Amino acid sequence: MTTSSLTYGEAILSGFRYLLSNYPEVFVIGQGLWSPWYVGNSMTGLDKEFGQNRIIDSPVSELAVTGAAVGASLCGYRPIVVHPRMDFMILATDQIVNQAAKWSHMFGGQAHASVTVRSIVNRGGEQGAQHSQSLHAWFAHIPGLRVVMPATPEDARDLLIASVLSGDPVLYIDDRWLYEIEQEVSPIVEKNLRTEGPKVIRTGTDCTLVGSSYATQLCVEAAAHLEKQGVSCEIIDLRVVNPLIFDEIISSVEKTRKLCVVDGGWSACGLAGEIIAGICEKTAPSLLESTPVRLTLPDAPAPTSGPLESTYYFQSDDIVAAVLRLVSKRVGELSR
Amino acid sequence: MKNRIEGLGGLADPQLFNETLEISKWKQETLLQQLKMMLIIRGAEEKLAEGTVAGKIKCPCHLGIGQEAVAVGVSTNLRSTDRVFGAHRSHSHYLALGGSVEGLFAEVLGRVTGCSKGMGGSMHLYDGARGFMGSVPIVAATIPLAVGAGLAAKMDGRGDVAVGYFGDGAAEEGVLHESLNLASSLNLPVLFVCENNFFASHLHIGLRQPSDSIARFAEAHHIPNEVVDGNDVVAVTGAAARMINRARRGEGPSFLEAVTYRWKGHVGPSDDIDVGVKRNQDLTKWKGRDPVRRLAKAMQEKGFLSAERFSKVQEEVSTFINAAWMKAEQGDFPDQAALLDLVYFRKDEKR
Ligand SMILES: Cc1ncc(C[n+]2csc(CCOP(=O)(O)OP(=O)(O)O)c2C)c(N)n1
Repeated sequence: MTTSSLTYGEAILSGFRYLLSNYPEVFVIGQGLWSPWYVGNSMTGLDKEFGQNRIIDSPVSELAVTGAAVGASLCGYRPIVVHPRMDFMILATDQIVNQAAKWSHMFGGQAHASVTVRSIVNRGGEQGAQHSQSLHAWFAHIPGLRVVMPATPEDARDLLIASVLSGDPVLYIDDRWLYEIEQEVSPIVEKNLRTEGPKVIRTGTDCTLVGSSYATQLCVEAAAHLEKQGVSCEIIDLRVVNPLIFDEIISSVEKTRKLCVVDGGWSACGLAGEIIAGICEKTAPSLLESTPVRLTLPDAPAPTSGPLESTYYFQSDDIVAAVLRLVSKRVGELSR
Repeated sequence: MKNRIEGLGGLADPQLFNETLEISKWKQETLLQQLKMMLIIRGAEEKLAEGTVAGKIKCPCHLGIGQEAVAVGVSTNLRSTDRVFGAHRSHSHYLALGGSVEGLFAEVLGRVTGCSKGMGGSMHLYDGARGFMGSVPIVAATIPLAVGAGLAAKMDGRGDVAVGYFGDGAAEEGVLHESLNLASSLNLPVLFVCENNFFASHLHIGLRQPSDSIARFAEAHHIPNEVVDGNDVVAVTGAAARMINRARRGEGPSFLEAVTYRWKGHVGPSDDIDVGVKRNQDLTKWKGRDPVRRLAKAMQEKGFLSAERFSKVQEEVSTFINAAWMKAEQGDFPDQAALLDLVYFRKDEKR
């Protein structure tokens, strides 16, 4: 199998190319698709290659555009809607939560909204509270809506393809902070989204680190540092956060008996809490040797000023520090 | 096309527009079918009212008695490959396309034999084979879905059209504006049908909007529009035909405002009472604009329909409805497994 090196952004682009070339029922609609600045290098040239009838740059109408994609999906198409900032997608919530996610169930499985909503997390750079949110936990709460968060170039490409081909409504969340990450990727093989889930991307024995999207990459950096300090971390990249498959996380924690969850969302009712709760429910009470830890954003909107931003967003150093405390303490000893 | 965005004027006056319908341009056959369909819709909704009073139906039923002519007039021009979306008051939209009466009854009774397999109830109707793509009660939510169906129809290139039904209240949601703009900008084959019955639950349009005309929004988006007497099936049929033909020819969206009135309260079987609002006097006047009676009368005057034939048709419809109800009541409830099995696309299907 020949591999090639792709950045995350290029990998998304290649996923789009693959879908548009092989599936005439795929089209893309959203804001900024004909211009480079909204979506980085992830869609460059698609409108020229596939025509502006299949790559549709839209009015500033998140709700109607998302609804139109859902409507077209009910008529046999597999549209991808692009929301260049997840914050803007909130205006389309009715169509995602009330319509697409419910369609199969409320009509007795006779129709499915085979729509993919691509939502981009784009934060930092002093863009402030309304250009920064990672709201995956909100949407992962909704039965009927699959939520996918690729952390690597290969997943960015392959899970995009799997999302569009899944037949279900899928929220595919990619992150601008990942776009330059490079990886050797294998040739495309179509995957079944139903069976894709969390994956061990690094094996280790002392502590389980769970992350998704950009947080996974921070875990990778942190694990490298921790290894130098004699702590061996196992990393689980969640990849698909709804429906969430727990098997890999459970077996990893059964091995390491320590759990640290890193999440780019907030803590309240969030993904990190969900992982910890799931482990508490699904394993023996005596399994964990240390109180589990979650690393999330402070419970505050994203600030604008640079110095505040650098406190607000955790770095791999913060993960290193959290894991060092975790591995040195026993259950109940950990403060916070 | 005529444009009356300055307000509905006489069309809003129940004392006017109650004359005999002008049917001379129409085929006897079509008119008879329309009459029958209106009787079926009315009969079915009366049956639902009865079932609710009897305590057999628990789900909220928004009855459209009095509004039958709109769906019947529009549907006369549709084919099964067109795509129609409804809302919370959509029994007529579903039935007028030929949707099964038993399927409706069974659905409302929560039976697996229902048109949505017993998963939807009155507010979630579906009949894909006849082009009824679904109705949902989030006000205005299906408007963009119809735009998307129009986009799909345009991409398919087979001259199909999409229809979105909604009420005057839905025009107060921002998504109508986004959807009209999108359909207009992309020149999509969409027919927006507003059933303006003056009420959104308990509140009269005069307390909700600065004008009683909804077509004014279409005007703002350069969408051709007509305002018709929604209790005149022939007027609705004609206007819808013009609009649907334009869409089939690739000439883009249109907007039909059909002025009508519902005889029951916002939800449930009670006559007239709208969450605290009684409209007796207006309702009595609006009954003078009864769409069914007006068509039957016109047909009788033209000699298209004898009094005996009319009673015979009424009797047939009523027998048919009663039989459908009895069958529907015998349906099973959905299997418990449906609860989880239907959340995602089924595993046994191709992907
Ligand atoms: C988004 C939303 N807001 C409020 C409601 C409650 N609601 C149900 S029907 C209705 C009135 C709608 O009026 P209209 O669109 O004119 O339709 P009609 O009932 O007259 O047929 C309202 C407010 C709802 N279902 N959805």
